[in-house]
Amino acid sequence: MSAPMAGLTRGPAARLRSLGGSRLENLCLGLLVLFVLVAVFAPWLSPQDPTYGELGTGLVGPSADHWLGTDQGGHDTFSALVEGSRTSLVGPLLVVLVSTVAGIAIGLFSAWRGGWADTVIGRLLDVVFAFPALLVAILAVAVFGKGMTAPVIAMSVAYMPYTARLVRGLAMQEQARPYIAAYRVQGHSALYVAVRRLLPNIGPTVLAQSTVNFGYALLDLAALSFLGLGVQAPTPDWGAMINQSQAAVLRGQPLSAVVPAVAVVVVVVAFNIVGENVGDRLAGRKT
Amino acid sequence: MALLEYENLSIALPGTARPVLDGIDLTVSAGEIVALVGESGSGKSVTARSALGLFPTGADLDGQVRVDGTEVVGADPAALRSIRTGTASMIFQDPRAGINPVRRIGDFLTESLRVSNGWDKGRANARAAELLAAVGLPAPERHLRQYPYELSGGMLQRVMIAGALTAGPRLLLCDEPTTALDVSTQAEIMAILGRLQRERDLGMLLITHDIELAAAACDRIYVMYAGRIVETAPTAQLFETPRHPYTAGLLGSSPPLQAPDGPPVRLTPIPGSPMGLLDSAPGCSFAARCRLARPGVCDRTAPRLERHGEALVACHLAEESLTSVDNTATREGS
Amino acid sequence: MTVENSARTLLRVSGLRKTYRTGKTEVVAVDGLSFSLQAGGALGIVGESGSGKTTTARMLIGLERPDAGQILVQGEPLAPTVRGRAARLARAKAVQIVFQDPYLSLDARITIGATIDGTLRLHGLADPATRAARMRELLAQVGLGEREAAALPRELSGGQRQRAAIARALAVEPAVLVLDEAVSALDVSVQAQVLNLLSDIRRDTGIGLVFVSHDLAVVRYVCDEALVLYRGRTMEHRPVAELLSDPGHPYTQLLLASVPRPDWDPDSISRRRRELDPPAAEGAG
Repeated sequence: MSAPMAGLTRGPAARLRSLGGSRLENLCLGLLVLFVLVAVFAPWLSPQDPTYGELGTGLVGPSADHWLGTDQGGHDTFSALVEGSRTSLVGPLLVVLVSTVAGIAIGLFSAWRGGWADTVIGRLLDVVFAFPALLVAILAVAVFGKGMTAPVIAMSVAYMPYTARLVRGLAMQEQARPYIAAYRVQGHSALYVAVRRLLPNIGPTVLAQSTVNFGYALLDLAALSFLGLGVQAPTPDWGAMINQSQAAVLRGQPLSAVVPAVAVVVVVVAFNIVGENVGDRLAGRKT
Repeated sequence: MALLEYENLSIALPGTARPVLDGIDLTVSAGEIVALVGESGSGKSVTARSALGLFPTGADLDGQVRVDGTEVVGADPAALRSIRTGTASMIFQDPRAGINPVRRIGDFLTESLRVSNGWDKGRANARAAELLAAVGLPAPERHLRQYPYELSGGMLQRVMIAGALTAGPRLLLCDEPTTALDVSTQAEIMAILGRLQRERDLGMLLITHDIELAAAACDRIYVMYAGRIVETAPTAQLFETPRHPYTAGLLGSSPPLQAPDGPPVRLTPIPGSPMGLLDSAPGCSFAARCRLARPGVCDRTAPRLERHGEALVACHLAEESLTSVDNTATREGS
Repeated sequence: MTVENSARTLLRVSGLRKTYRTGKTEVVAVDGLSFSLQAGGALGIVGESGSGKTTTARMLIGLERPDAGQILVQGEPLAPTVRGRAARLARAKAVQIVFQDPYLSLDARITIGATIDGTLRLHGLADPATRAARMRELLAQVGLGEREAAALPRELSGGQRQRAAIARALAVEPAVLVLDEAVSALDVSVQAQVLNLLSDIRRDTGIGLVFVSHDLAVVRYVCDEALVLYRGRTMEHRPVAELLSDPGHPYTQLLLASVPRPDWDPDSISRRRRELDPPAAEGAG
């Protein structure tokens, strides 16, 4: 049988292998899976209650009791890292979900309608673009109070234009292809063609953008927590952990700040690398 | 001495089942227009690009290509540059892809003269205008100041031809120069190419998928299939008595423009589709699509090019196929 | 027009006009185009780039709205806009199209079988077994089988994809099939296969073909009548054999002379072209 036919009989394992890329990318993918697993099983994994501060044991170095030492208040850094992964990952996940769904809807609508609707939406997106996500989130906190809800909603709005503009561009390009015209000529409704036929064809690229967005959203939310505007104590969160360790850093004991900072950097970098590679490959696969 | 000479050139790419080019022998002499005809994936463009040392990356090369006596395979960058900027020029299918859209026609044409030859602006401009006039553009001075988008496809292809002539080449490689153009524009471009070739005594290799165009414009035709040359003959002979079943098939596939009265003759297409790089055949690569293929002969060994009269044919059945081909190709005499 | 006559006329186009506005200049793409097509007939619309032939095809399938004129399919006017499922399906049954590029005209993500199945389902074949049978029938009609049905477009050759696109169009059972340069992207040997296929389909189904092409030889092979378009206007509309043996209009003569052949004279063709179309008028391409 000729080689192009091989794609038909490939098993899921082979398909997965073909998706796997460089060693670096596999490492990043592995790290992300690890972090997600940690977040899911956090309560069973953390050796101690991270909200329990033991007086007198503040800022101890790594030991059998405290694998990564403790912070100023005597909280176990490893436990805080494990439990903190939940809020630190769920926040950006929500931002990405909401901004992607909204961005797809707005981008598709804009591309499909064209004309003045497209122009108006384009201008509105430009306006939203002009505000940095963090600034919008800080404003939201100022208006609605501290916590997770307001920043997540604000950042979903701020991140939406990236997806919307990407989707609009891809959809315009895809729409010009005759297979989309063929679907219309066959009598399918505009909504069906746009959502069920066009969207899956541009999906991989949009997915890649969302993956990259995830990293940035995590960074922004951590920054917000670091500023003391996001997740509030005693809920563990990486950004908040860095915030609470500021004084320790000044006292020459940076471990409790370095640990969550490294976690943030690793996850953001891993998401960027995985996102870009997956996007490249899925886009290349189509041709 | 031949201006362009391929000797047993083979190019293989890793991860493919058959070579991209398999033992190409081809010559073009000064003052001669030669066509290389083939379908998609036959390797005709790769052949043409090889003359300029533009080989696919990562390819295994074997054999020789000489341009005006200079070996191209394994040549150092200086030798290649001297071929590309002096002896040989290439014209491509899509003129718009070969020109920087934000620069003026004049800049495009004078760049190499000013950079490589060190000419001043006035002299280079005068030469460029002269070349634009030579390719039949009506207002050379005005075109020099225009941008590519201001010209039609046909006019832009003439600009590309003028660009190919700046260095005064002796060999012109034309890779589907009219495929992207309208039929009447095609005639115009071919007229210009033919005139330039005669005036300057150029050797010209015309790469095309259109055997009718090749026949109309060229002295000699090479027919390529799946990386091999399957037949070469003087044009008139190739048309009247095609010896390779593939050549006969190509001729039988083109609908005749003038047909006798009554319903049109039914076409006799070649079954199947051209062989991709991921397929290979132990014997003749055309055997799978050939109506005359004989089991035990054609699927055993690959036929070599052998002389039959004025033609060279790579077919095990070249001697006997003549008569039977005449029966399959229900083509009216030209 | 008698009732009997209108029943046999599949397509009647009258006074079709379309202009585009770019900035302040108005470009007439198609003007005063009229023709009709009988059941089982095949009309070639011949022209070069800028002739308006693709605009015509797009108006026939409803992707462009004409500025003036009327398109009647089996006596029913083709509405300028369609609202609602019934209207969409009725319009689809009137005219279908096969596009030029076999690589972009099929959904790359789903198999040929799934593409055709989707069309059949949309057009009211609810029972999966009936659909499967009909799909096999359609694929057989264009010379494809089970293997191709299970393949994604990228696993097929250009000719196979174009066959699949034809099967997809036939699945709707349209009165008229528009072919917009449908064979010009194919290799010569494959092109001949598809041309033979089209004449078989025409003979077997009684469908009306509108064959849009720049290639006179191909039009000669498929069609009985041809209409020559130049800059949006009809130069000549006659039976093909007559048009080719005795072209009336200078432009048709030029087109005919332009087709490469052994006694080809490109010099005289370019001279005639310049006479017909002074270079000053030659705009951007």
